[in-house]
Amino acid sequence: MLHTVNKSPFERVSLDSCLRFAKPKDAILLYEDGVYGALAGTRFESTMTEALKKFRIYVMVPDVEARGMKVDRVMAGIQPVDYAGFVGLVEENCPVQAWL
Amino acid sequence: MATIEIDGKTIDVDEEGYLVNLSDWTDKVAEMFAGQDNLKMTDSHLEVIKFLREYYDEYQIAPAVRVLTKAIGKKLGPEKGNSKYLYDLFPYGPAKQACRYAGLPKPTGCV
Amino acid sequence: MSEGVTKKFMYLNRKAPYGTIYALESLEVVLIGAAFEQEVNLVFIDDGVYQLKGNQNTSVNSGIGVKDFSKTYRALEDYDIDKLYVDKDSMTARGLTEGDFIVPVQVMDSAQLAELMQQQDVILSF
Repeated sequence: MLHTVNKSPFERVSLDSCLRFAKPKDAILLYEDGVYGALAGTRFESTMTEALKKFRIYVMVPDVEARGMKVDRVMAGIQPVDYAGFVGLVEENCPVQAWL
Repeated sequence: MATIEIDGKTIDVDEEGYLVNLSDWTDKVAEMFAGQDNLKMTDSHLEVIKFLREYYDEYQIAPAVRVLTKAIGKKLGPEKGNSKYLYDLFPYGPAKQACRYAGLPKPTGCV
Repeated sequence: MSEGVTKKFMYLNRKAPYGTIYALESLEVVLIGAAFEQEVNLVFIDDGVYQLKGNQNTSVNSGIGVKDFSKTYRALEDYDIDKLYVDKDSMTARGLTEGDFIVPVQVMDSAQLAELMQQQDVILSF
């Protein structure tokens, strides 16, 4: 299945809960404020390093760029996607749970 | 806001004719609403209306028709717990019409 | 509406009542959706577990003056919705026990709930 996270991990537990309920091989997409969890050099980096061993993790590039950053700030292993990529993930990974 | 008047008291209703405040309800409100639909209120109507008010008080919702039918059957007997009985009493539909007479808001999911 | 294939619907609730509209909106969708006679699972995770807390008092006279919709969870049985699941970690982290809830629920650990999520056709997130 696909999990989406659109809240900053600094403000909400959405990312934590997502990682708690995701199963190995699930896809996780970080978008909107959720992209802050994908960046290198934050206090969530070690959490995400562990998560990358179990899950496929994606980040929405337009949301990263909107927030003043380029893809080079995203942690290695997290795959950049655009809107078409988002649609593709939904198609291939039903059902979808949105961690609001 | 639209209003109705009963015994000299002015009562607020919404644009579809439902009471704004649940607590404004009296038997006379039900009678007046029924009169607007050219329907003569009987004890049988009142029995359903009171049942709806009790249900709302207990659960804070007006039940869907299917649920109302089942619940009335359980409480008042199978001869009343069927949609024919309820639609004979309230031809515009027990959910919409009876709820309005009972002073409840329009049932959730009713358009 | 009873014809056709039955699908599995999960309503996943993660917000406390009253502070935001999510909890009430979810409940209204559940009640409307009940007409379609699908398999329905209600799951309460994170602050969503607070929705089921008993003894809520929201009266106009002595409270916040909004509808106490926690009473409506007790009507779900009439709508043939009886699968309510609470996440154990979320419950204990908030100092709650099964006895705090207004309706009977099944308490599950995250692995069990994760498995249940995978089996759904549709997950509605609130």
